[in-house]
Amino acid sequence: MLLQIRRSLILCFIFIFLCGIAYPLIGTGIAQTFFHYQANGEITKNGSYLIGQNWTGPKWFQGRPESDNAMASGPSNLGSSSKQLKTSVQQSASKLKREGIQPTPDLVTTSGSGLDPDISPQDAYAQVNAVSKYNHLPIQTVLSLVKSEIQQPQLGFLGSQYINVLKLNTALYKLEQSKNR
Amino acid sequence: MKTNVITPPSESNAQIQSRKGIIGGTNLFDRKIILSSLKTSVFKLDFRVQIKNPVMFVVLVGTVITFVESIAHPSLFTWTITGWLLLTVLFANFAEALAEGRGKAQAQALRKMRSETDARRMLPNGTEESVPASQLLKGDIVICEAHDIIPSDGEIIEGVASVDESAITGESAPVIRESGGDRSAVTGGTRVLSDRIVIKITAEKGHTFLDKMINLVEGANRQKTPNEIALTILLAVLTIIFLPVVVSLEPFGLYAHSAVSITILIALLVCLIPTTIGALLSAIGIAGIDRLVQRNVLAMSGRAVEAAGDVQTLLLDKTGTITLGNRMASQLIPVGNHNELELAEVAQLASLADETPEGRSIVILAKQLHNLRERNINKDHTFVPFSAMTRMSGLDIDGKQLRKGAAQATKDWCVELGGIIPPNLDAVVERISKQGGTPLVVADGPDILGVIGLKDVVKEGIKERFDQLRAAGIKTIMITGDNPLTAAAIAQEAGIDEYLAEATPETKMNLIKSEQAEGKLVAMTGDGTNDAPALAQADVGVAMNSGTNAAKEAGNMVDLDSNPTKLIEVVTVGKQMLITRGALTTFSIANDAAKYFAIIPALFSKTYPDLNGLNIMRLHSPQSAITSAVIFNALVIVALIPLALKGVKWRASSATSTLRRNVFIYGIGGFITPFIFIKLIDLVVTGIGRI
Amino acid sequence: MQFTLTISTLCIILIFTWRFLGSYITAVYTNKINYLRAAERLIFKALNIDQFGEQSWQRYTLSLVVFSIVSIFITYALLRLQGGLFLNPQHLAGVTPALSFNTAVSFVTNTNWQNYAGETTMSYLSQMVSLSVQQFVSPAVGMCVAVVLIRGIARRESKTVGNFWVDLVRGVLYIFLPLAIVSGIIFVSQGAVQTLAGPILIKNSLTHFSQTIPRGPVAFMEAIKELGTNGGGFFNANGSHPFENPTGTTNLLSIVLMLSIPVALTYTFGKMVGNIKQGFILLLTMAILFAGCLGLALYGESHGSIAISSSHVSQTISGNMEGKEVRFGTSNSALYNIASTQTSTGSVNSANDSYTPLGTTALISGMMLGEVSPGGVGSGLYTILLFAIIAVFIAGLMVGRTPELLGKKIQAKEVKLAGLAILIMPITVLVFTGIAVAIHAGQSGAFNRGPQGFTEILYAYTSQANNNGSALAGLNGNTDFYNITGAIAMMLGRFAVILPTTALAGSLALKKTVPNSLGTFKTDNLLFGGLLTGTIVLVGGLTFFPALALGPIVQSLSHKVF
Repeated sequence: MLLQIRRSLILCFIFIFLCGIAYPLIGTGIAQTFFHYQANGEITKNGSYLIGQNWTGPKWFQGRPESDNAMASGPSNLGSSSKQLKTSVQQSASKLKREGIQPTPDLVTTSGSGLDPDISPQDAYAQVNAVSKYNHLPIQTVLSLVKSEIQQPQLGFLGSQYINVLKLNTALYKLEQSKNR
Repeated sequence: MKTNVITPPSESNAQIQSRKGIIGGTNLFDRKIILSSLKTSVFKLDFRVQIKNPVMFVVLVGTVITFVESIAHPSLFTWTITGWLLLTVLFANFAEALAEGRGKAQAQALRKMRSETDARRMLPNGTEESVPASQLLKGDIVICEAHDIIPSDGEIIEGVASVDESAITGESAPVIRESGGDRSAVTGGTRVLSDRIVIKITAEKGHTFLDKMINLVEGANRQKTPNEIALTILLAVLTIIFLPVVVSLEPFGLYAHSAVSITILIALLVCLIPTTIGALLSAIGIAGIDRLVQRNVLAMSGRAVEAAGDVQTLLLDKTGTITLGNRMASQLIPVGNHNELELAEVAQLASLADETPEGRSIVILAKQLHNLRERNINKDHTFVPFSAMTRMSGLDIDGKQLRKGAAQATKDWCVELGGIIPPNLDAVVERISKQGGTPLVVADGPDILGVIGLKDVVKEGIKERFDQLRAAGIKTIMITGDNPLTAAAIAQEAGIDEYLAEATPETKMNLIKSEQAEGKLVAMTGDGTNDAPALAQADVGVAMNSGTNAAKEAGNMVDLDSNPTKLIEVVTVGKQMLITRGALTTFSIANDAAKYFAIIPALFSKTYPDLNGLNIMRLHSPQSAITSAVIFNALVIVALIPLALKGVKWRASSATSTLRRNVFIYGIGGFITPFIFIKLIDLVVTGIGRI
Repeated sequence: MQFTLTISTLCIILIFTWRFLGSYITAVYTNKINYLRAAERLIFKALNIDQFGEQSWQRYTLSLVVFSIVSIFITYALLRLQGGLFLNPQHLAGVTPALSFNTAVSFVTNTNWQNYAGETTMSYLSQMVSLSVQQFVSPAVGMCVAVVLIRGIARRESKTVGNFWVDLVRGVLYIFLPLAIVSGIIFVSQGAVQTLAGPILIKNSLTHFSQTIPRGPVAFMEAIKELGTNGGGFFNANGSHPFENPTGTTNLLSIVLMLSIPVALTYTFGKMVGNIKQGFILLLTMAILFAGCLGLALYGESHGSIAISSSHVSQTISGNMEGKEVRFGTSNSALYNIASTQTSTGSVNSANDSYTPLGTTALISGMMLGEVSPGGVGSGLYTILLFAIIAVFIAGLMVGRTPELLGKKIQAKEVKLAGLAILIMPITVLVFTGIAVAIHAGQSGAFNRGPQGFTEILYAYTSQANNNGSALAGLNGNTDFYNITGAIAMMLGRFAVILPTTALAGSLALKKTVPNSLGTFKTDNLLFGGLLTGTIVLVGGLTFFPALALGPIVQSLSHKVF
């Protein structure tokens, strides 16, 4: 018994060294050397492409509701037959309608991470009218902007089509700038 | 019975029936037995009895609780449930009592036979005294004369007698018992028909063969077999799993603001735990042993019956099992310058006085081939019987010495007399041997006339049966004293897998051990004292009742008919016992699905009426649904009693096809059946409710 | 169409891992490869053990249990003390006793149930040396138990079953470390973060919106989290967090990693017992159960949720998106979460609590069926073998012989041990759920109302007793009641199953092997695959049907909001 305890202790420390220190440090070394941009969170001057932000509509294309508090990731956890969820969906939907946007499921539901940086093409299409009207941009221009920002699934099939909201709004901002100039 | 069900082809079922002696003969559903079983099933409502069966114990406890509930909150529903739960326990008791009942009736018949006869005990000083048979001790010497009943099991130490053993075996023809050798054992309860014998008692008081038989058929000290124990554990596991399932429904229901009544919870529990197999388990075991008794085989333990089902290697004695008891003369081949007629004449003469079947067959052959009639030989002649020394037999007549015998022995004898061996003799002898025959060389003094070919006659239909056994994965090994050549030829003819030629008790023992070392279970039959070690070593050792006491003690079964072919039936019964248990377990578990669909929607019908979507049988009301499930659960026990007692049929075929068939019948069938019957019962219950 | 391609790709990859990883694992545990012998030798010298000396099952189990207890203590101590230790850029305080206990047990038992939000509770040091280490070690321990049971079946008349220390060390060195390093690189290349720099504050010049983004050594933890079927993520949002699972590629990689070792172990089993077809039949059984649950989840999620449809928002194109990420959509989300609940991983890329009733049924079913399709690393294989023993026993009787599994007779002792091991999980789940819904401390944990609240509690204990670790995360688990009862459930689900399993291995190893014949009940054909599937479904179904009826079943039948 004592022997087993001694061996267990020694082995625990060996594993702490191997798996708890050497492994992540070597990993960090590789990551920082070869994938510096990715390993640090794809940070750009206006934020991370991977972390959702709060975009107020209809000036900007909006992302999914409540997807901006990075220090508290997580979903709403409301059940699919939850009255509370129904209320919040209805609120989001009527807010969108007030802004002249036909609600889509993504725009009235919260994401799994609470930080979803993306919307689906349908969500963007639904906002094209409202956004172009608010920013006095031609609908066709905005529509083609949206189309150009659609990310296809990796290798054509991994994941879904999506549009990164930060990228889309950055492009929208550039469009406005060029128009104003 | 279908043709591919294993039964001895030579003996139809009807024949077996007719040979049934004191044992057996009672109908499966004799009215008297049913009546007494009904009574017994009430007496068995005892917690001390029921605790041995964890499943039924839970039902009984549940019944008591619902009974108390019914008194506290009386309603037609609670009383109905209580009644049917009680019936469930009673039905289980009834099944067991019925299985035991037949044995009890048989035991009673046997007891009558063990009448209090007096024995003539011989004292050391040579005088006799009369003592009751039950007072005899092991080692006592008793004397029996014609018409005496042998008081206890023993060994003849002096004399020879014909004995009527029909009381034990049902065989009416008397048998000869004599001191020395393998025919010296006598059984208490049998009757001496002629002569006087002195017997040394070999059984302890109360442990005679008859006592054992009574205990056995009565199931007095029946012990659970290994698989039965394992199955009981599994059933206990299933019962334990369902306890928290049902108990937790109380808080689960309360959380959903729906209190569930205790009566309903107990009804659910009883429906879920494997009551069907739990109720019939012991009946299956008792009935298995009983089925062997019906076939005149006494298994000393259920464990042995079960082991028989596991047997992978059967050791079968050639003589009597594979071939007819005796070899028959089949051809006459002259050698040298003799012709066949000369040979036939001498062969006939040499065999005339030979009363052995072989000798008779030579006489018959001579008549068939050359129309030689049996002559009267009242002239001066001397019969020379066969002896192990000379290995020849024959006749001295008219100064001539006519002999027939084993090739080498006869050749040596002729050479000694100055004869010359014909050059083609060896070739003929060898040819016959290769064909599986036994060559007998015939000589007139120094002059060798030719060779008689004796041949083993393989029993009709035996090949097909070995094919079936092979299909069921059982290997057959023929045991014979013959030389390898002969053995190989017979083995081929009979379609046997392997053979052990020139077998001695040692080689037999070694064969068993080597098979066992491979992990196989071995079954064998034997009768002689020198078979005893092998019988003890084998996993299933069937001793012939005609054999010695040593053999009977060593084996774990005794065949009262002394028919070595029984081994195959023993295997069948062993397998049936396991299959029946497995089939009913599967059936029992598969039943549960339907019961859930009946009870769960009923359980929470008030809080969650939407759950009625699960009521796919469209049962009338929550109460009728629960009642119907409970009634089905009880009635299915009764419905399956005949199957439990008769056993599921086993056809000799591969395990995979047996399994596929049984899974289909008992698994899929067990899944579907309750849906149909619960619906029907619901219709009936609702109908009665309306009236 | 895209999803069909994803499934096909997954299947092809898994067939390869089945064959090649399976035979690699065999080589590891039969000492056929030793390219790391220098490292091994050093470790065995430090432990003072003979690499070729074997242990009896009792000794093996004792070593395993002692090692696990010591691991719990060390993990607990590190969590309690993290406030005063280094690599703590956010200056997080020590973790509370009840939560530390729950977390230590959780990671040592390969459960990775998390009653905390990683980014705001655990320092980098805790994540690395306390939690990640156990993500390597606990699956290796699971492998040990599986390997011991395989040896028990494969060996004849053997008194020993292997050496725990050797199996453990070789498992970590040869299987988990190399595979984790390779997959960690893929994770980081796709955008999973891996840095020791602390959180970063960003300010969007377009909107003047600012946010603090937590980071950490995530990517390589992610690799071992999935590979070891652990599931404990760095962030609270787990695999739905873009820093843990940034792309469709990492999503598929995660699924592959979760499934690969449990799937490959069936090949290892077949190889070691000398009957690869037998291994394939086990795999097939797992695949059928997996496909059934996946089909149910896909159906449920694509049909959308009541709360949304009753708000007149059409879900026909997207399905139920509440709690799901746009870059995955419902199908890839369902696939990930099903893979995770069926492998005892428990990581999620979408919110289980917001799944439809059918989806929830699918998620919880994987666990209620005993986590065997394909189950956790090691635990999946040994659990399905326990079921196989029960199936062999019931069906084997029906061929008329004492039942055998691969030549080993299944008798009273084996039935008792296998039965005991299978009993533990359902009893633990039902008893703890029963207590929790009956008392206030338990009831108050439920977040959603109505049947969903009940399901949250039922799911919590089902997950913990199966060492899965996923949750209907609305449940507030960080209370003394849930921390302590949960820890007990996790320990029972782990060690109360391991003990009878190793005893069973010891008993089987001692037995002779009955040679095959036509009379032998074949366990390497489709018929047995069907029987095994039936046994698993029947045992799980009969045990949990009433509880499910009060949760997701009534929810799906009622079409109401609560």
